[in-house]
Amino acid sequence: MASLPAVLQSEWTKIRTVSSTIWTLAAAFLVTVAVSAALCALFRSTFDDLSPAQRLTFDPTLASFSGMTLGQLAMVVFGVLVVGTEYSSGMIRTSLAAVPQRGTFLFGKLAVATVLALAVGMATSFAAFFLGQALLGEHRTTIGAENVLRAVVGGGLYMGLIALFSMAVATMLRSSMLSLGILMPFFFLVSQILAAVPKAKTVARYFPDQAGARIMQVVPDALGGTKVPYGPWEGLGIMLIWVLVALAGGYAVLKRRDA
Amino acid sequence: MTRSRWGWRMIEAVGLTKRYGAKTAVYNLSFQVRPGTVTGFLGPNGAGKSTTMRMILGLDTPTEGKVTIGGLPFRQTPNAPRQVGALLDAKAVHGGRSARNHLLSLAQLSGIPARRVDEVLGVVGLQDVARKRSKGFSLGMGQRLGIAAALLGDPQVLLFDEPVNGLDPEGILWVRNLMKRLASEGRTVFVSSHLMSEMALTADHLIVIGRGQLLADMSVTDFISTNSADFARVRTPDGEPQSREKLSAALSGAGAQVLTEPDGALRVTGLPLPRISDLAHGSDVRLWELSPHRASLEEAYMRMTQGAVDYRSTVDQKAGLTQQPQPGFGAPRQQIPEVPQQGFYAPPPPGSYAGAPAAAQAAPTAAAPADPTKPEDPR
Repeated sequence: MASLPAVLQSEWTKIRTVSSTIWTLAAAFLVTVAVSAALCALFRSTFDDLSPAQRLTFDPTLASFSGMTLGQLAMVVFGVLVVGTEYSSGMIRTSLAAVPQRGTFLFGKLAVATVLALAVGMATSFAAFFLGQALLGEHRTTIGAENVLRAVVGGGLYMGLIALFSMAVATMLRSSMLSLGILMPFFFLVSQILAAVPKAKTVARYFPDQAGARIMQVVPDALGGTKVPYGPWEGLGIMLIWVLVALAGGYAVLKRRDA
Repeated sequence: MTRSRWGWRMIEAVGLTKRYGAKTAVYNLSFQVRPGTVTGFLGPNGAGKSTTMRMILGLDTPTEGKVTIGGLPFRQTPNAPRQVGALLDAKAVHGGRSARNHLLSLAQLSGIPARRVDEVLGVVGLQDVARKRSKGFSLGMGQRLGIAAALLGDPQVLLFDEPVNGLDPEGILWVRNLMKRLASEGRTVFVSSHLMSEMALTADHLIVIGRGQLLADMSVTDFISTNSADFARVRTPDGEPQSREKLSAALSGAGAQVLTEPDGALRVTGLPLPRISDLAHGSDVRLWELSPHRASLEEAYMRMTQGAVDYRSTVDQKAGLTQQPQPGFGAPRQQIPEVPQQGFYAPPPPGSYAGAPAAAQAAPTAAAPADPTKPEDPR
């Protein structure tokens, strides 16, 4: 029986030997940090144009994560490709012929990719925070301020969970194209738009990304946002439930379907 | 559980059935694959060979029945890669990964040292491109990489699905010798192919399926003696259809089975050559040809699977593409109106290159230019 350490070692070899890993993770890092930095600089220069309410609830921490909406898409691509290329290349048959225990295979694979995504997510989160604060000038906050460290660590966790969610969805759909075709518009458009529509936002706030992103706020209802009926950790918990459900679905599909 | 020295390497299918919705890919297949010999797994495209292979490897779950390796379903086999090696699909690799890293990731799954990776790369002759991305590999190089993956764990049971596809003649010979050597070391070698000619040279034992059902399970020697039929080809002078009819009637009267080939020659079974000559002489018919013909294994196989070919080619009519044949350039093939379906041969399986000579031998007109003015035999 292929043991878990063997699967982990093998999956690490697989993930570090394809260039898509480097490109997607680097894109997640660079896009998040660069867009966040740009928006922070913009906030600083246009701070006086903000409405008084927005100025009062300005959340410098959240501002330094504003690029994550875009950067998370690269994480989605990373997560989808890690699983999806097994199917598109047919490698899944070679893999499963070598590891007949499908549960071991799947969770070994996802564990390796998630740890990597978490590590990059944390680096992204901290880099985006410090660069963003430096650019915010007098509006900045510090890592030592109340709840700020939680938000920054939460940003890293959020990135990791987005990647894991994408992997689980790709396992269910067994196709990179299909998964990207669903996840990209969902995270980039559907979720963002619905969260801004008056009636729909009561539902949209329970979407994985909307709920999970709550952890990155230090000031509740920042920038004139609406109240949400859950706290930061509850929000992350809601996201985690989404991830676990997707994982269960992916596992069921892999277990039952023919490879 | 004690198993005999043979038992733990044997592949055994019992009542194996696989349905995909309404389509039955494999139906009630039972066979055994024994160690120490190369067992050929033959069937036309779409006969269910790959499905069966995938079921053996636990990738597809049988609808009914079961298949075991050494008495255990594959998914319960401990340390499977050290027991069973398989080449399923040459292109089933991530194109962005180098050959060496691909094999390394597989080796690490079962605790095989990296040294062994370089070893098998040498065995299959890919050591020079080991660090190149497999995206740029030809089909033949892909096959070699797949074979390397199968050999990685030095397994006692080996499965190869169409291993010679895309290989050059040197590569085909190499695979043939490799299979034989692996079997002579006492391993179980199960090789699928749609090419009878290839299997005739490689395999000792044959399992033939068509439309998912077992057609034959016997040694190659038995297969030849059971399925090859000798016949005589008789040709009467061109432009004298009446003498051909006369001879045909006389031969049938003497108890022979007579079939007309597309070019008008007769295939006669059931009568020795001298008797045919006597009958021709007796009915006052001149003969332009009277030749003995021994059906090749290829033909025997095609005859057996003829009813079970899923993808049969039709004559390309090129309707609407050409107004009339260009003199001197018209493709002769398209002018042959009909190939008699009850005849002796089936068209070669699509993609069959080695099958072509045998098919051409069986049907000389298929390749020869046909005279459009010549009246075709109504049969």
